[in-house]
Amino acid sequence: MSLLNVQNLKVSFHTRNGEVKAVDDISFTVETGKITAIIGESGSGKSVACYSLLGLIPTPPGKIEGGSAVFEGNDLLQLSESELRQIRGRDIAMIFQDPMTCLNPYMTIGHQLMEPIIFHKKVAKKEARQHAIELLEEVGIRDPQSTIDSYPHEFSGGMRQRVMIAMALINEPKLLIADEPTTALDVTIQAQILKLMADLQTKHSIGIIFISHDLAVVADIADQIIVMQNGKIVEHGDRQGIFRNAQHPYTRKLLAAIPAGTKVVAEAQPETLISIRNLNTWFDQGRHKEPVKAIKDVSLDIRKGEILGLVGESGSGKSTLGRYILRLVPITSGSISFDGIDLTELQGQDLKKMRRRMQMIFQDPYASLNPRMSVYDTLAEPLLLHKIESRKTVEQGVLKLMDDVGLARAFVRKYPHEFSGGQRQRIAIGRALATRPEFIVADEPVSALDVTIQAQILDLMLDLGKEYGLTMLFVSHDLAVVKHIADRIVVLYKGEIVEQGSGKDLFENPQQEYTRQLLQSIPGRGLLE
Amino acid sequence: MTSIENAVPENNITDIAMAEQGTSLWKDAWTRLKKNRMALFGLAVLVLFIIIALLTPWIAPYGYEEQNLDLGATPPSLQHWLGTDIFGRDLLTLIMYGGRISLAVGFVATAVALLIGVTYGAIAGYVGGRTDAFMMRMVDILYALPFMIFIILLMVVFGRNLLLLFLAIGMVEWLTMARIMRGQVQALRQQEFVEAAISLGLGPLAIIRRHLVPNALGPIIVYTTLTIPGVMLLEAFLSFLGLGIQPPQTSWGLLISYGAETMEEFPWLLIFPGLALALTLFSLNFLGDGLRDALDVRSSKD
Repeated sequence: MSLLNVQNLKVSFHTRNGEVKAVDDISFTVETGKITAIIGESGSGKSVACYSLLGLIPTPPGKIEGGSAVFEGNDLLQLSESELRQIRGRDIAMIFQDPMTCLNPYMTIGHQLMEPIIFHKKVAKKEARQHAIELLEEVGIRDPQSTIDSYPHEFSGGMRQRVMIAMALINEPKLLIADEPTTALDVTIQAQILKLMADLQTKHSIGIIFISHDLAVVADIADQIIVMQNGKIVEHGDRQGIFRNAQHPYTRKLLAAIPAGTKVVAEAQPETLISIRNLNTWFDQGRHKEPVKAIKDVSLDIRKGEILGLVGESGSGKSTLGRYILRLVPITSGSISFDGIDLTELQGQDLKKMRRRMQMIFQDPYASLNPRMSVYDTLAEPLLLHKIESRKTVEQGVLKLMDDVGLARAFVRKYPHEFSGGQRQRIAIGRALATRPEFIVADEPVSALDVTIQAQILDLMLDLGKEYGLTMLFVSHDLAVVKHIADRIVVLYKGEIVEQGSGKDLFENPQQEYTRQLLQSIPGRGLLE
Repeated sequence: MTSIENAVPENNITDIAMAEQGTSLWKDAWTRLKKNRMALFGLAVLVLFIIIALLTPWIAPYGYEEQNLDLGATPPSLQHWLGTDIFGRDLLTLIMYGGRISLAVGFVATAVALLIGVTYGAIAGYVGGRTDAFMMRMVDILYALPFMIFIILLMVVFGRNLLLLFLAIGMVEWLTMARIMRGQVQALRQQEFVEAAISLGLGPLAIIRRHLVPNALGPIIVYTTLTIPGVMLLEAFLSFLGLGIQPPQTSWGLLISYGAETMEEFPWLLIFPGLALALTLFSLNFLGDGLRDALDVRSSKD
């Protein structure tokens, strides 16, 4: 018998604009000791489906319209709130996307783990502490004896996610629901967490529901895959079946959106646009602490017209390097020249003139657009500032930019919150192109987006790059994306360049241990090649 | 999404763009404010009060110095709609004249505080570092100065006049405004859209004006609507101490404090000025709430 048997589940939300069927008649089962992956884009209903099982959707506006979800003989949808509370956390545990918001910043990891142990198991403090240490050890935290007394901010993102998993394991749950547990993590860390989850699932024989927007992530671990679109299950099958023999066009679209293949390198112009020499950037930590060395002695040339991929984990200094070229962070030492002009010394009007020639596209299109400015204001600002258009012609300039980035002209007066993530990133790209720059730093421009949107934005950037004759520094933690878009790749580790070369060379013949490790972390290599 | 986007017929597009030409944050806000009945009611009441205050010398039924000691305090009647005070002065007239002072103090002093506080706080928060530390320590020092002594000193040195009263109150109220603004700006400064503005080549003043202030307006407006009544009461307190308005001139605050003394015998002397003040405060709150929502582009979808 299945661990969880969901039949004909229907959930709808009653909003101002009428009823929205978030989950529309879906049925699936979860087996003990197996990983069931639910894949879909934001808004597909994948999270709502799982949250409604545990009574975690707000009602109203949400309403469970029908269906059943039998877990160990009980229909979860029929249970009262207090009965559900018994099951939540004890038999069914959850892990969320962002471990930082789930941990109390003012309590040590140890206390946060011991609290539920003492509550559920009625043991003494000392025993609880021992149990907590064992749990931390099990999820792969090094030296748990001493780290147990640390606070969440002292842990890295990956370690925090491990703590969350330890917390979920306290009551030896039979079912674990993981909602995008690795989306906020670096590729190498993601690989570790995925492996940890697969190990735990075999060892404790628990059923896992793994919610994700990215098919590639679950390619190595899922036993069965459910693909959802607009609240419906469009395809359902085992891993091999989905990857080798997808039937539904939407599944094929998702598979096609996984960035693959290496870019065929255009004949490179030997001319150098930007040359960085012996760059150091240190951040002061206050008087009595060693400064953080974000970038150590980096020298790098960016050639005219190329897309240079800059790869590294969080903390590798890759974002800092991009911001440094644009003079957005203070430098410590070193030099940088742009088309023969030394950027480090520029001030005032000269700097303003230079800023026009280089622009940035940011990671998070929710934070990089001023929420109080309409598309028109956002795009008109650079056009007017640099006198590219006059007050009379600026409207045409804005509309032209919107055409270029594929936004309908009718949206010109709308504000950022009215757009989806992909559309916002289009606005941000439009703003960066407004000054007709020669050089663009793209800092993880697609990592906050759904997979299919990612593919669209990447294609847009490639097209516009050609049309505007751009040189681009493409910063990313995702090797697969970089391989798809970049002519040349530079690998940054702890502020130093460890390897550089064309995508082909790097992937086929990595010279450094760290590069090899990065390559092995790309999820789903086996099934995708 | 693309299919929906492109479904908009081409000929409509230019119409829409033309029709909405020149729409700005403020214009959008006004459109939204018009849909908020409570806010419109608040605005109407305030405008009415201001018009009455401006016209008072011509429309007041009596002069504010006209005493009738034989009459004394009488309850509302046909001759005196709101009754008379213990000197036999017409209460309606007093409230109308008092409103001139109270509203002027409330709005002018708050405007002074708003202007200084927002500018000062925005600069401190944006520049940061040592400048910020220095500017905010100045604020701390001014906070620590006993407010009463400060005002008494001003009055002693410059003599008593209304303009000075505005200035003195405004000088004190801007401190909190500056702190709120600084906190807001510090948080907003970390946002990527500010970085984007810097990389576009915008100068610090343009960034503060176009990107930071509009995003900090919510808390500022709420605090402003709280400041105006606070200022009105402060004026009453100062006048009561003999530092502000002097009889026979009057203000709502003064009327209320006299009314409170004789509350048991002549309750109308407290009730009517109190009503005038309360109505103003309610209207301000409704308007402030409405403004905050209207300026928040995320609050409404239409």
